[in-house]
Amino acid sequence: MINRLIYSALILLFCVSCAGKPEKKEQVEIAKISMPDSAVKVLNYEQLKPYLVKDDGKTYVVNFWATWCKPCVEELPAFEKLHANFKNKNVEVLLVSLDFPKQIKDELIPFIDKRNLAPEVIVLDDPDQNKWINAIDKSWSGSIPATLVYNKNKRMFFEQSFEYESLIQELNKFIN
Amino acid sequence: MKTLKIGSLLTVFALLTAFTLRTTTVASYKIGDTVANFTLKNIDGKMVSLTDYANKKGAIVVFTCNHCPYSKMYEDRIIALDKKFKKLGYPVIAINPNDPAVSNGDDFESMKERASDKGFTFPYLFDEGQKVYPKFGATRTPHVFILNKNKKKDFVLSYIGAIDDNARDAASVKKRYVESAIYDLLENSQPRVKETKAIGCSIKVAK
Repeated sequence: MINRLIYSALILLFCVSCAGKPEKKEQVEIAKISMPDSAVKVLNYEQLKPYLVKDDGKTYVVNFWATWCKPCVEELPAFEKLHANFKNKNVEVLLVSLDFPKQIKDELIPFIDKRNLAPEVIVLDDPDQNKWINAIDKSWSGSIPATLVYNKNKRMFFEQSFEYESLIQELNKFIN
Repeated sequence: MKTLKIGSLLTVFALLTAFTLRTTTVASYKIGDTVANFTLKNIDGKMVSLTDYANKKGAIVVFTCNHCPYSKMYEDRIIALDKKFKKLGYPVIAINPNDPAVSNGDDFESMKERASDKGFTFPYLFDEGQKVYPKFGATRTPHVFILNKNKKKDFVLSYIGAIDDNARDAASVKKRYVESAIYDLLENSQPRVKETKAIGCSIKVAK
């Protein structure tokens, strides 16, 4: 009988400890997202995924970039201009930053503020790149800048730099 | 009818241009391909050829550079790979594929400085004229290509991809892709994982 009691107590203890863990993890992640000094969301791939598969009739232009990536910063004006010209035309621009978490406060946020960057910025922070690069697009080798354009009917991926004209050219395939 | 003809001509033209634009990817080595010899200038001023490695089992070719934060994060791990696998027959050959006119800090003098600051134990070659990296199909830095010598003494491309699964934090690495691939090769079998992907800096091409 005593043995049995100890046994069930042990099981109970084990269950409590295993049920407690994921909850704790979730709390940590939510805390990260709502960092008071940060204006950007920090997501892992599973959390970012819903932003890459919306089927609400809008066309999404998702640019993968980082403040440390020179060609990315050079092509940003094209995406800012696209955002300004098409935000009322059912097109949304999303800038997925691959800046490192420790640079968000010192590099990314000041960059966004100084530049008055209008499109939404989300940080993708997920170390298992081999998994999510393929999940985003099989053709992507992993270099940035890279851009995904999609709507509910069509999806195209570009591992290249854009200028405004070439970006509009691709966008027109989606909205016309 | 005429419009149809013009239309199809345009399509053919579009397809042709599409393929011309992509020639670099089309022509690049695939897993299992024999890698041709190349000769590039090392930071010590001497020329280094793949054929200089005739008595080795293979080589770990790493396209990397000075400026890219991902390259910097991997420098210590590239040195560690060389130290570990040089004696087992797979030395590191690092190649900077960037055009220094487009990529600040990736010029030959800066390569020398970086190599001496970090204490590179391997050659750090300059892909002058950017002729070598397209053959490998390298697109980013760092980008690793493991070569393995077959019975005919040819260098065969056996692995393409990342060094491991965590660029930012070496202590949190779970999968050591390059190490595992070489251990497989040392056991005379093909790497179980032949291709992996990672984020990196795009190779800066001459304008």
